[in-house]
Amino acid sequence: MPVRDLDVREITAAVRELCITANYDLPRDVYDALVAACAAEESPVGREVLGQLVENADIAARDRVPICQDTGFAVIFAEVGQDVHLVGGTLAEAVDEGVRRGYGDGYLRKSVAEEPGHARRNTKDNTPAILHTTIVPGDKVRLTMMAKGGGAENMSSLNMLKPSQGWAGMSQAVVDTVSRAGSNPCPPVIIGVGIGGTIDEVTLLAKRALLRDVGSTHPDPRVAEMEDELLVRINDLGIGPQGLGGRTTALDVFIEEMPSHIASMPVAVNVQCHAQRHKTVEL
Amino acid sequence: MAAKKITTPLTDDVVRDLHAGDAVEITGVVYQARDAAHKRLVALIEAGEELPFELQGAVVYYMGPSPAKPGNVIGSAGPTTSGRMDAYAPLLMKHGLKGMIGKGLRTPEVKDAMRECTAVYFAATGGAGALLAQRIVGNETIAYPELGAEAIARLEVEDFPVIVVNDCHGGDLYEEGRAKYARAEAEQA
Repeated sequence: MPVRDLDVREITAAVRELCITANYDLPRDVYDALVAACAAEESPVGREVLGQLVENADIAARDRVPICQDTGFAVIFAEVGQDVHLVGGTLAEAVDEGVRRGYGDGYLRKSVAEEPGHARRNTKDNTPAILHTTIVPGDKVRLTMMAKGGGAENMSSLNMLKPSQGWAGMSQAVVDTVSRAGSNPCPPVIIGVGIGGTIDEVTLLAKRALLRDVGSTHPDPRVAEMEDELLVRINDLGIGPQGLGGRTTALDVFIEEMPSHIASMPVAVNVQCHAQRHKTVEL
Repeated sequence: MAAKKITTPLTDDVVRDLHAGDAVEITGVVYQARDAAHKRLVALIEAGEELPFELQGAVVYYMGPSPAKPGNVIGSAGPTTSGRMDAYAPLLMKHGLKGMIGKGLRTPEVKDAMRECTAVYFAATGGAGALLAQRIVGNETIAYPELGAEAIARLEVEDFPVIVVNDCHGGDLYEEGRAKYARAEAEQA
């Protein structure tokens, strides 16, 4: 198969556009889930909050302004076809330039601090992006941008369980994470769970799980059942919209698995606020 | 939900009349301040120096907006997580702060200070930054412009919608609301 040349300026332009539109336009699946939750919620305060969130998404889309002032750390998933030859620069530089332009031109907040252990200086352009690259078959480049806010990310957890703890231990770790978080991560939340791998891979697995559509069913019926069970337990916590009490604490729970060491059972829980902003484009 | 309408600065009488779960609409001036600004305010108080705004009766909004588009008063402007300001809040209340707007849990020390100092904690809807920005009609940076989104700004708000979470009588909507809608078996399978 011939190698396809792709100018990295196309990547920069695509990332710029993804950063802006992901922050202005709430994905349809999340929007529909908020509308449905508003109709089903038992708590009057909860209905009020959910109604505000739907109206907020409408205003952001109409006026072309960010859904939330925390326009996030720019997490970019790049799936690069192995028959693509990038020309004109490096992938990482092209992605960062796209983030720089998107956050500038789109009036998005710059929320990245360098030297976080001491100076905590704002980098002023929201770079560097978090870039996860995978090499895939084909001659296309697929880019996904996720705007990850700090409040929900802060409530996430990594749990190194014993294999003997089984599903009871795993599910308890997830419920405990959401319970502890309470009102902090802007519920109703979406929960990404990674099981297996190593500490680096399991957290990435949990983050990738968040890219699934709200309301989607896992192809493995056993996992789908685990997800359903967790969603019921989480909503039974009563935390509710914004933690003010109610029956809608989470919109969905997504679990992804990968092989683990025979001695290990890592469980990562990535907490996502209701403003689940992500968008994908293929070049 | 019918909202109680209040205006800032707040008096002790107004604060005492607010109870956990009340829907409230705030009109008047509130001060935008988050992590870095709080650190500086507390340093000024400890050094006995003058603050950039009058703290007596003041309401602080834990918020760092996105940049305003040309022609707009402010960018998106929803609350940030209040817990990061817990280390600073009791001292500010002892010096006159009456109201805090944010989202998320407070420590027992902050709740104790609210009872002792007659202060109130309001939740605004996190992630509703585009909607809340429409209730902000004035915006002037008054201190630390070098902090960007973390600067202190004097915001004029009109009918700004919030819910009372912690009142000065010990009421806590995060606890009461959750208990009301929880199913007993949820925490432990």
